Parts: sequence; C-alpha cells; structure tokens
Amino acid sequence: MNNTTNTATSQTLPVYKKRGQGAEIWRRFRQNKNAMVGMCIFLVLVSFALFAEFIAPYDPIEQDLLNIMQTPSRQHILGTDELGRDIFSRIVYGSRISMTVGLIAVGIAFVAGSALGVICGYYGGILDNVIMRFVDILMSIPAILLNISIVAALGTGLQNVMIAIGISNVPRFCRIIRASVMSLREQEFVEASRAAGAKDLYIVMRHIIPNCLAPLIIQATVSIGSSILQCASLSFIGLGIVPPTPEWGAMLSTGRDFLRKAPHLTTFPGLAIMAAVYAMNLMGDGLRDALDPKLKN
Amino acid sequence: MSQQEKLLEIKNLTVHYATVDGTVRAVENLNLSVDAGQTLGLVGETGAGKTTTVKTIMRILPVPPSIIKNGEILYKGEDLLKKSQKEMRSIRGEKISMIFQDPMTSLNPVLTVGDQIKEAIELHTKVNKRKAFELAGDMLETVGIKRDRANDYPHQFSGGMKQRVVIAMALACNPELLIADEPTTALDVTIQAQVLELMKRLKVQYNTSMIMITHDLGIVAEICDYVAIMYAGEVVEYGTREDVFLRAQHPYTKGLFTCIPDMYSDDNRLIPIRGLMPDPSNLPSGCKFHTRCDYKCERCEKEEPSVVEVSSGHYVKCFFALPQNVASSKVSVKMPV
Repeated sequence: MNNTTNTATSQTLPVYKKRGQGAEIWRRFRQNKNAMVGMCIFLVLVSFALFAEFIAPYDPIEQDLLNIMQTPSRQHILGTDELGRDIFSRIVYGSRISMTVGLIAVGIAFVAGSALGVICGYYGGILDNVIMRFVDILMSIPAILLNISIVAALGTGLQNVMIAIGISNVPRFCRIIRASVMSLREQEFVEASRAAGAKDLYIVMRHIIPNCLAPLIIQATVSIGSSILQCASLSFIGLGIVPPTPEWGAMLSTGRDFLRKAPHLTTFPGLAIMAAVYAMNLMGDGLRDALDPKLKN
Repeated sequence: MSQQEKLLEIKNLTVHYATVDGTVRAVENLNLSVDAGQTLGLVGETGAGKTTTVKTIMRILPVPPSIIKNGEILYKGEDLLKKSQKEMRSIRGEKISMIFQDPMTSLNPVLTVGDQIKEAIELHTKVNKRKAFELAGDMLETVGIKRDRANDYPHQFSGGMKQRVVIAMALACNPELLIADEPTTALDVTIQAQVLELMKRLKVQYNTSMIMITHDLGIVAEICDYVAIMYAGEVVEYGTREDVFLRAQHPYTKGLFTCIPDMYSDDNRLIPIRGLMPDPSNLPSGCKFHTRCDYKCERCEKEEPSVVEVSSGHYVKCFFALPQNVASSKVSVKMPV
C-alpha cells in the first residue's frame, strides 16, 4: 500500500510532504493522549508476557512456606501469597496467559464472526435467516454460561478456554458486521465495482470489509479486554486454567479466602485485569479515530 | 446506419420488478440501438425506466426483485442476456463500463483514488501493481488531475474532481461502450460544462460509443448524436438529434420542449406537462401517455399505438404521427432493427 516511493521519484513538484498510509495513521494515533496511555499499558503487559523470565524476580510456582502472605516489601514488591509465592512474578507470568487468551479468542471470534456476518449481510435471504437465528440462540445464552458449558464439554485447559471464549464472542462480531454490510452493499461504489467486473469476493475484501473496519476494531479491542475478564472468571470458578499455573483469575479465586487477612492477594491481580481491560478500551477508541480518513488532520 | 456498424442493439426488452404490491413494469418492449462511435441520449422523467435499461445492459440489477421477461441485448451480435456471470464479468469494465450519477457516493471513502482507478486495470489486464498504479496516474492526467493526487482520498477532492475521477475509473480499460447515468446531475453548471467538454474530448480520443442518460435536454443538444425519449418504460420517440429537436412529433416530446425557458420570449410561466408519470405497477390501458396528453382521443384509451417511422430513422409511437413525406416514406411498424 505504500505508494509514496514510486510517485515521489516520478514527481518534480512535491506540493506538501506525502506520507504513507501507515505513517499517517500512526501520526493521528500519536496525537491522541488517551490512546497513547492505553498503548503504553498494553506494551508493558506485552513485554511482561514476552520477557517474563527476565522481568520476574522469582519463580512463579516455587513455594516459600516460611514467607506466606507477606505484605509488599523490598524483597517481594507486591508481597507473597498463601503459599509464599511472589505475587509480582505471578502477575508477570499470568500476563502471558491473559494476552494469549485475549488475542487468540478474539481472533477466532473475529474471523468466524466476520465470515458469517458478511455472508448474512451480503447475500441475505434464507441463508441469512438460518445463520442469524443460530446466532440469536448463541446470543440468548449468557456468555459465562456458554463458556461454562463449552469448557465442561471439552474439558479444562488453555486451548479449550480460548475456543469457548472465542465462540461466545462470535455473535457480537457477526451482528455488527452484518449490519454494516447490509448498508454498504447498497452503496453506489459497490455497484460501480460490480460494473467494473469485480467478483463478489473481491468486492467484499476490497470495498466492504475496509468500510466496516471501524466498528470491528472497536469491538475487537473491547472484546480482548472482556475475553481476559472471561478467562479470569472461568479460572475463578475453577474451570479455566488449573491452579499451579499463574493466572490472574485463578489468583483472585484463591486469594478471596484471605480477603480480610491479606487483601493484597486479590487487589494486585484485580488491578492487573483492570489495567489490561482499560488499556484495550483506550487503544480501541484511539485506533478507530486514527483509521477514519475523514477525521484526518 | 448499416447493419454491421451497430455496436449495441436492444430488441423487445421487457424488465419487471416483482414486489409485494404487484408487478412493476419498469421497461416494456424497448428497442434501441447504438452505433459505433456514436452517442445516444436517453431522455425521460424520473421513473421512466432509463436506469433500469442500462443496468440491464450491464446485468447488474439485483436478481430477486427484477425479472427480465423477454428480449435480447445484442452486443456485437452476441446476446448479453444469455452470457454467464463469468463472461459478463470480463465484459463489464473492459468492454462496457458505467459512470454513476453521484460522484459523492460512487467512490469508496476508504480507498485512495489511485487505488480505485487501478481496480478495473487490475481486474482485466495482467499488469503488476506498480504498472497499474502508473496507468492510473496516466488516467488521472487524462481527465486533468495532477498525477501526484493519486494517493489522496475522495473526500479531499471537490465534486467536479470526483466526477473526473469516476470518469477516469470508467475509461481505465478503454471500453468500447460507455454508459453515463446522469453524470452531471450532481454538479453545478460551470462544472457540468467542464465535465461535458471532457467527456466529448475523451469520446473522440478513445473512439468510444456512449449512452448518456439525462433529463437535461441541453446536454442532449450538446453531446448526443441520437436521442431516445422514454416514457413509462418505452421509447416514444427516437431519431437523430435534429429529428427530435426540430421535428418532434410525439406530444410528450413536444411537452418536454415547452418546459424549457426561452430567453427570447417574454412568457412568465412555463407550460408544464400536466399530471404525473403513471404508477408503473398500474399502467393505463392503450397509449400510456393518454392520461396526460392534450391530443388524446377515444382510440388512445383503448388501443396501443404502433411505432411509425415518420422519416428515415425517426420513429414515433403515436396515432397522430405523420410521415413527413407521405408519398415517399413507408410506414413501418417496427423500431430500428
């Protein structure tokens, strides 16, 4: 998409500086302070996930039964849990699972939901009716119940948790993209593309999807946040990630028994979840504004 | 008008829309032809079936509501209505292309204009992306826009420039037939003149035939060689520009001309055609224009008039059409075939 180079060479009169599309989007994104804050938090969490071995001061699983439930101190900056494990290290390692679940579950929902939504919105008719009624059924079941039943059927474990959360997020993506596609397919530029000899798939990929991107990106970023939350809630009720593995929701779950005696056991993982969700929401808003060419300058 | 020169020929085309409230007879028994290198003006009120006709040529009407009842659309002797979707895709954009009415909505807001112009090139020729983009830049220059604006988005252009971009898109593959659906309706008068001038120049440069849909008779006088006046889904008068402008016979055509303000007369009021276009799902019997016609007689309400060739190549669908040289011209019952 970067066409600046080949036009710049054939040009002798650069009226104003031309930027590539990516640079332009980045420039607009950078101007949005909230989005930058969100991105910083997100980057911190991503680097936690990538470099957990180097960042975490202790092994997240190793128990130290002499130092259980210590309040934050110089040795353990966020204290230790009921088995003497360093909470900071566990949060750092936990970001790995949260990030993976967030991205992959939303990836599943994004691809499956968009595909279904495009088929429904673009072709309509009986197929649309059948798919949408099925989506309605999925939507009528509360996400947490749906997750529980899918995980119960497939068994616990990271992979099944991601599949479950992915499926429970499909309906929202499907509905959003279907609505956009239905209004877009009547647009004159879609007709013009058809009159230029384009195939349906080409029209969808080139004209329709890019025009639905704004609501999709918002939905995706918000969903990453809520997927992290859903994964945490599954782990909290004991159906997600099994206890020795450091996971934010599971940490909350075990910490709740000691809520009075040692509130930091639940506070810090809770804050981590909150920060992740908040960061994704801020970034989503910023991205939407940056991607809309009409809001340029 | 010899037989082999005809680029496009429409014979007895009937297109209906099946709606919940009944069948809408949008186009009925329509006959038209376009010669190579010529421009045909398709004139009529809103709802006369002009756009339906050209979209049928392109075969881009949505299929569930629209039904092509019968007829043939011969493009270089081949029936477009019998072609498969795949064959049609290779014709659309490359052989026949279309300019849409509103440049504000016929450009995709999220793609740069360069990307949109190169779309047809990429679809129909096997050139690489870089070359396609270069060709798109050439097209922009042809329509009078600087090449370095190819990376700009549609909202950064004015209305007239957008319509130029749309023209560049339609001409990108050098089509043999260009269909322009009211290309200047959304533009102001000075820009209209520029765009028309451009289209006239490009038509000569690329030797393109054109079907121009319009309800502006000024544009017809400016650019068209042949004129077809449409009313309620059928052609009521067809002929050369001179035939229709100077020797109009159908009451509807005459009515259209009295609706144009005349600079040299002191009349304060125009004489409009009274009444409204009939509901296409409930067309009147006999001549479809009789409900609004000043000359109607009993026969008009009962019988449908046949088409009369009043002089060579000038056809009128009216009982009162008089062959201009009764002794020499024969009365035919068919439109140009």
